[in-house]
Amino acid sequence: MNMAKFKLAQVGSLLVRELTRGQFTTTIQRRYLQRSYNQYLQSPVSPSPSNYKGISFSVYSHAYNNRHAFSTSASDNGHEEGNQQKEKISVTFIDKGGEETHIKVPVGMSMLEAAHENDIELEGACEGSLACSTCHVIVMDVDYYNKLEDPTDEENDMLDLAFGLTETSRLGCQVIAKPELDGLRLALPAATRNFAVDGHVPKPH
Amino acid sequence: MNKLATLHGKRWISRCYSSLSSQSLRVCVVGSGPAGFYTAEKMLKAHQGAEVDIIDRLPTPFGLVRSGVAPDHPETKIVVNQFSRVPLNERCSFFGNVSLGSSVSLSELREMYHVVVLAYGAESDRVLGVPGEDLEGIYSAREFVWWYNGHPDCSDLDPDLKSTDTAVILGQGNVALDVARILLRPTTELAKTDIAEHALASLQESSIRKVYLVGRRGPVQAACTAKELREVLGIKDLYINILESDLSKSAADEEEMKNSRIQRRVYEILSKAARSQPSHPISGQRELHFVFFRRPEKFLHSDDSSGRVTGVRLEKTVLKENSGSGRQSAVGTGQYEDLGCGLVLKSIGYKSVPVDGLPFDHHKGVVPNIRGRVLSNTHTEPLIFENGLYVVGWLKRGPTGIVATNLYCAEETVASISEDLDQGVLTPTLPRPGREGLQQLLDSKGVRFVPFNGWEQIDLKEKSLGSLKNKPREKITRWGELLKAANRESVTEQ
Ligand SMILES: Cc1cc2nc3c(=O)[nH]c(=O)nc-3n(C[C@H](O)[C@H](O)[C@H](O)COP(=O)(O)OP(=O)(O)OC[C@H]3O[C@@H](n4cnc5c(N)ncnc54)[C@H](O)[C@@H]3O)c2cc1C
Ligand SMILES: NC(=O)c1ccc[n+]([C@@H]2O[C@H](COP(=O)([O-])OP(=O)(O)OC[C@H]3O[C@@H](n4cnc5c(N)ncnc54)[C@H](OP(=O)(O)O)[C@@H]3O)[C@@H](O)[C@H]2O)c1
Ligand code: FES
Repeated sequence: MNMAKFKLAQVGSLLVRELTRGQFTTTIQRRYLQRSYNQYLQSPVSPSPSNYKGISFSVYSHAYNNRHAFSTSASDNGHEEGNQQKEKISVTFIDKGGEETHIKVPVGMSMLEAAHENDIELEGACEGSLACSTCHVIVMDVDYYNKLEDPTDEENDMLDLAFGLTETSRLGCQVIAKPELDGLRLALPAATRNFAVDGHVPKPH
Repeated sequence: MNKLATLHGKRWISRCYSSLSSQSLRVCVVGSGPAGFYTAEKMLKAHQGAEVDIIDRLPTPFGLVRSGVAPDHPETKIVVNQFSRVPLNERCSFFGNVSLGSSVSLSELREMYHVVVLAYGAESDRVLGVPGEDLEGIYSAREFVWWYNGHPDCSDLDPDLKSTDTAVILGQGNVALDVARILLRPTTELAKTDIAEHALASLQESSIRKVYLVGRRGPVQAACTAKELREVLGIKDLYINILESDLSKSAADEEEMKNSRIQRRVYEILSKAARSQPSHPISGQRELHFVFFRRPEKFLHSDDSSGRVTGVRLEKTVLKENSGSGRQSAVGTGQYEDLGCGLVLKSIGYKSVPVDGLPFDHHKGVVPNIRGRVLSNTHTEPLIFENGLYVVGWLKRGPTGIVATNLYCAEETVASISEDLDQGVLTPTLPRPGREGLQQLLDSKGVRFVPFNGWEQIDLKEKSLGSLKNKPREKITRWGELLKAANRESVTEQ
């Protein structure tokens, strides 16, 4: 079970590497606009160097199809809830300033990838290979935290070193979208520090 | 929805404002390790008008990610992908082979740039201060690591691994564990990494079978982290020795563990390893011994005139709680024992070195600062800051923390710079020569700098040399060859 998850993460890391490369050039211009999700749909899906193409396409075709399906319905549904595609879940990221961004994440995609696709400033120094802890996120709701598979020893080893660790901390590159997680809310560490000031510390248990 | 739009609008406006107010802000970052690159990245993002130059004394960027992180940790080095995108920004330039203190002085830099951020790390060692520390066969872990990672300053270190079967490593931090792993790991596994060629050859002929990791405190206080510990314990066909008696915990230990997740997990891993170890090594098996509660008293040498180390005299210690801090420190008991060995690696921490004209706290080995702003003097009130001078990374905090720590550290320093700009402490309205000034100065001094595309030439060459041997890269380890590789076809059009 754990092993399978680990494998998935490794595949994820390959993909992220590719995605971040392709996306880099456009990131700066569209940082302050939230429409990046739709933009992504319009941009070609393989801006990657050709030597990666073969690998990425085969592993990614599933996700790509989902995305494609969404793009046709997106214009009809806008951001309305309730009428979502089964293959995508809603996730909210709360950034360091406490600002919320709502995104849709295809099932099977890691929160790190999802964040990067949507220009959310979640770091990922090791690109999802469980060697950095910079993708640290805090699950805002214990019920959701409990729906996640337990972290592996390897993830716990990196969590040990995460900045601002809490009881519901996880590594974004290890949290993979699945239907039960629909409605997941994730905070970037500094946001919880601000909450602490405001007296809204998320209290697990 | 509307609320969101206003928020985004606000962000956008503040961005435009900050870009106007920081037009032509000239920034120089000294040192291209994680602290330097994270700072440059964040400065470029926060100040759209800022021009950021990164200088490094080496022709190669990335600091300890290249010369510290162990060769068998390729995942940790993936971060260089992110760093390599920073100089793609036309507002950013890399100047390799430019050393603060010799190629250019601090006062020259401060005249040419509005903001100077020092990120030059910690390139010296803490000393033990016990007799015999200079004997042949004793090295600092820093030198040994630089040697196996192909740093051009240590390519000739050539430690003798053939005339002894025992190495003692002093200290139990992650660097100590890295070094132990490199000594003990099968060389067939190391051969697939980017370890320097000279080190691989020497390790292949190594006669070292036994490694002692010596800590002055107990297993609860071991400075390593779980990941590194698990890795060294997992080395193929390695006999592990941990004395069960060392594992007993005092009330103070329990208290420490209650407050620290890392300490709890490290202790658990050590106890588990102690429980599952066989009672004796199989003959010929390599051995790793964890030695707790021992501090070095002096180094021993033979009576001949070779001046080579033959062992370490260790004093047994007990822990004593410091009133106030809750930290337990090691105190000697007056009981001694000798541990024979032919190689000693001191892994008790790195230390930064000052440059001319820089305030420096010699006791802590850091530049005195408050949130990255360099203090002119630590001892007098009111506090006076050095205008336009900042510090980040190991030079700011001392030699601890992982790559990611420098990210938060850089955020803090960049926030201080932004505040100072907002409050008019810095005056970017007065133009400074910045990049052009630096180029002219280097020209006049005959310093040939290596631009980022020069490093890319080195990188290509190393990768192609490596691919012939099934390694991710074969590092070029000599100054002359590095500069030659950098200059091949590289056009200095920065
Ligand atoms: C042996 C070792 C292994 C490590 N392994 C890991 C690991 O696996 N994972 C992890 O997360 N962290 C690891 N770390 C920690 C990590 O490397 C540090 O936290 C980080 O590199 C510190 O960053 P820095 O930028 O402050 O310093 P450095 O990385 O040391 O960078 C300093 C830079 O300044 C340059 N410089 C020095 N003097 C001058 C001068 N006078 N003029 C110009 N330039 C100069 C140097 O050439 C260097 O490029 C390791 C550390 C060590 C020592
Ligand atoms: N994989 C990784 O993530 C990785 C790998 C390498 C390094 N790093 C990081 O890099 C940083 C530096 O590592 P490090 O190992 O150099 O430093 P460190 O973690 O501070 O360990 C220093 C060790 O030296 C001992 N020591 C210090 N002074 C001593 C003295 N006078 N006599 C005897 N022992 C003494 C310390 O014991 P006391 O505790 O008793 O002081 C400790 O065991 C650390 O933060 C580390 O985590 C990370
Ligand atoms: S991206 Fe490095 S651990 Fe998740």
